[in-house]
This record gives sequence, structure tokens and C-alpha cells, in this order.
Amino acid sequence: MASPMEKKSRYGLVFVAPYFIVFAIFGLYPILYSLYISFTNSNGFTSNFIGLQNYTRLLHDKFFYQSLWSTVVIWIISIVPQLIIALVLALILNEKFIKGRHFFRAVFYLPNIVTPVTIGVLADLMFDWQTGFVNKLLMALHIIKQPVYWFGHPFLAQLIVGGVICWQYFGYNMLIFIAGLQSIDSELYEAAEIDGAGKFQTAIRISLPLLKPVMMFTIITSIIGGIQIFDIPMMVGNAVGNATQTLIVYLYKAGFVNFDYGYAAAIAYATFVIIIILTLISLKVSNRKSAS
Amino acid sequence: MSRVFVDGDSVKKPANSRKSSPSLSVGRILVYAFLIVVALISLLPFYSMIMSSTHANYAIATQLNLLPGNQFIANYKRLMGTVNIWRGFANDLLVAVSATVLTLYASALTAYGFSKFRFRGSKFLFGFVLASMMVPGQLGIIGFFREMHTLHLLNTYWPLIIPGIASAFNTFFIKQNCDSAVPDELIEAARMDGASEWYIFHRIALPLLRPPMSALGIFSFIGNWNSYMMPLIILFDNNLQTLPVMVAMTQSASSTDYGAQYVGVVISVVPIIIVFSILSRRIIGGLSVGALKG
Repeated sequence: MASPMEKKSRYGLVFVAPYFIVFAIFGLYPILYSLYISFTNSNGFTSNFIGLQNYTRLLHDKFFYQSLWSTVVIWIISIVPQLIIALVLALILNEKFIKGRHFFRAVFYLPNIVTPVTIGVLADLMFDWQTGFVNKLLMALHIIKQPVYWFGHPFLAQLIVGGVICWQYFGYNMLIFIAGLQSIDSELYEAAEIDGAGKFQTAIRISLPLLKPVMMFTIITSIIGGIQIFDIPMMVGNAVGNATQTLIVYLYKAGFVNFDYGYAAAIAYATFVIIIILTLISLKVSNRKSAS
Repeated sequence: MSRVFVDGDSVKKPANSRKSSPSLSVGRILVYAFLIVVALISLLPFYSMIMSSTHANYAIATQLNLLPGNQFIANYKRLMGTVNIWRGFANDLLVAVSATVLTLYASALTAYGFSKFRFRGSKFLFGFVLASMMVPGQLGIIGFFREMHTLHLLNTYWPLIIPGIASAFNTFFIKQNCDSAVPDELIEAARMDGASEWYIFHRIALPLLRPPMSALGIFSFIGNWNSYMMPLIILFDNNLQTLPVMVAMTQSASSTDYGAQYVGVVISVVPIIIVFSILSRRIIGGLSVGALKG
């Protein structure tokens, strides 16, 4: 009895072995090696162990805090309208009386699969103050008289980057919310209908509370993804005051423009810690809300 | 279906009909208006991009271009003079297809191993896979770069393709499907007939795992096709670069040549729009299934 089981189990290990070999070489080792590099002043040619110096430098680095602030501002600008629009659209498109539901879903989702870097280049072109489409359109509609210098003001630049990210992701979140809505038991809606609840009431009292786990999932994945935004801020801006320099853009510049690998690795670990803290905070807030 | 019926029923009720029917239609008009406005916002940048790519720099700089012009070929020629965008297209296709095929096959292999075998440490190892999903991708990037330097893999496609073998999400996704889609009885029966474990995986399990693999395949392909940071730091040779890096290069290479930049953006985006309009039902279906599983 034991020997065929053992033989089988050995095959199980054979099947999962490639994963763990590759993970060890291309996943785990780089992560641990990065931790080691963060304690050195490695620049590609020389490398000396300098202890926590990179981290103390980080704690006093004005540009690091600036990048952190820009990242958080851009994230908030993108996530708040993104979730609201996605939720409203999901509630609408989950209604069976809407015609062309598939068409609308597809159109709203389209920006999400377009290459982010390309979207960044496109946004940079469209918001160019002299040649961009946006100023031309707003002037043709007589909303503005003079072209707006979008990338001249730090907050405007962050607004554009956040807005572009919102534009790219609302459709994706909408689809996730629709999937969540469709998993809600339809008997609940029928019962509400019989009790004379209107559409709005049903949405507030049934759909939203039952959608909470999906919302939490979306918020946490958007924290992990949002803190790591790189492609779009890298392309859009070059604005005053490093307004669109996010943490990962700062990491990239430290590592691959200044070749300061030790410091770049320290930024990567600091970013990881920030992501963990923000995730724990959002989990705690959601637990407290559900407890009360 | 039953909800539609109930819906129609309540409208017909005499008590409701006078008040709710007109207000409902106003509500519906508002709802459609909202949907159309959002749809316009979603599509307008693509429209503007295509129109702008057909105009000369002078026209782009001085007027609102809502209709096509005749300068596309001229813009295209200037773009090709600085950046060989089709080379990037071909490179990107090669990398994305290889990475997708490899990650699908390897993830199915790992998923099958976890789903159908109980071995010492299997639960721990699977937990390890799940936990690794929470680690952000940029954490090890400096170490990854230095390691690739030491292994002499910089400026090759291997670092962009091989890590797909250890995709935690793909493995988890296929494993969830494998638990139900591949019956244990079928495997046992094949073993009775003397089939080897490899034969069982390739000829019995793999065909049954096709639906989750095709859903994942689309997203793996899109992810690899759009990937920017990895090729940017791993590849030095401009002729090896992938499309996203090439499009980014147009920004610095022809910084005041807006027409050429627009053409680069169009070449990058239009194929995606075409493929999406053909496969949109499958892509959206795959995403919804994935969301429910996760």
C-alpha cells in the first residue's frame, strides 16, 4: 500500500519542482539579495557594507518624502472617483433592462488593456499646453480662453496623472463589481421587490453591504498596485517640483540613472513597508466598521 | 430572467403606473446619458490620437483636429527615421508569446502537482505560493538586475520569459479549476491501465484545463505585451527593445515631432483595439470568472 503512494507523492514533488527552482533563482534570491544590497553602497563597481546608512539617509531625504507624498496624492486622486464611477456603472449595467450592456462594458474596459506607457505618452501629448488636444477642445467649447499650462502647477500635474490612472482602471473595477453583484443571491432581490423596495433602496440596503468583501479586495489590490505606479508618471509630466515623481520612479532613477544600487534597494524595501502599513490600516478600518 | 418579469409586472400595476412610468423613463434617459458620456470619455482619447496622427505638426499645434488629414504617411516616415517601431512590435510579440506559453504550461504543471498529489510539505508549499502573491513585484528589482548581470543574462530575453514559470497567481487560478475539472477517478483509471504520470498529465489533465488556461493566456499575454519596466532595465540594445519601450523612446527621440509621436502611439494601440473588439466577450468573461474565483 505504502509504496505506490510514495511513488505518487514523489511525482507530486516532480511536478511542483520547476516552480520552486525558478522561484528560488528569479524570485526569492533577488529579494534577499536586494536586502543585502540595501546595506551596502554598491554602485556596480565597488560594494562596501555600510550598515543602516542607506536607511538613515532615506529618513532624512526630502525627495523621498516628496515622492511618497506625490504617490499618495496621485493614488487618492485616482482611487476615489475610480471606485465611485465603477460602483455606479456596475449597479447600472447589472440591471437587465439596460440595452447594449455588453457594448458599454467593453468600451469602459478598453482603456485597461491598452499599454500603460502608451497611455502616458498619449496623455503627455494631449495635455501639452501649446499643441495638446485638451486645451484646443476646451477653447473651442469656450470653457477656457487661454491655454492652461497643465504641467506648470504641481497639483494640476498630479491631477492629470491621477485622472489618467482613474480613466484606465474604472472599467476594470466595474467588471469586478459586476461579478460581485452577480454572485449575490437573486432571491434577496425578489424578496426586496415583494416588500416594495425601490431600485435605489435595494442598491443601498442589499447590493452595497453584500459587495463589501469585493470592495475590500479592490481597495487592497489598488493599494498594492497604486503605490507601485510607474509607467504613466514616468511618461507624463516632467513637471515642476517632481510633482509626478512616484516612489517607484524615484527608485528607478536612483538605481538605473544614478547607479546608486544600495540606496535604490533601500527605497524598494521602504516602499514594501509602506504598502504593508497601508494594507493593515485599511484592513483594520474595515474590521472596525463591520464590528460597529 | 425572473427579475425582468417582476420588473415588468410592477410597472403594469395600476397604482404605480401613473407616477412611476414617466419618472422611470426620465430616469432611464439620465442613465443612458450617463453611460454615453462615460463611453465618450473612454473613447475620445483614441479618436483624437488617430485624427492627430494624420495631421502635420503645424496643424497639430494650431488647430483642433476632429477630422482626418493626409499627413499620416509623412509622419510615419519621420517616425521610422528615428525609431524602428515594427522591430519593437516583432520583439514584443516574440517575448509575449514565449512568456505566455511557458507560464501557462508551467503553471498547469504546478497546479496539477498541488491539486492531485499529497506529499510531505505540500500544504506548506502551497501556502508559500499564496503568500508570495502578496509581495510587490518591485521589491527585488535591484537584486534581480544585479543577479542577471552576474549570470550574463542582461540584454537577453531570458529574464523576461523564464520567471513566468513561477507565477503564483496563474498557479493558484489553475489549481482552483483543476480541483473540480480533473476528476480523480479518471486519473486512477488511467493509472490502472498503466499510463505513466507524464502521460496522464499531458493527455488527460492538460486538455481538461484548457478553459482556465485560455482565460489566463489572454491576460498573461496582455501583461507581457504591456510590460515596460523589465525590458527597460534588462535590455540595452535598441534593436532588442519591446514595443512599450520603443513608444517611450519616441517621446525623447522626437520630442517636438508630435505627428511622429502620435503615429507611434497609434501603431501601439490600434492592434490592441482590433484584437479586443474581436475577443471582448471572452476577455470580459474570463475576467469575471477570475474575479469570482479570487
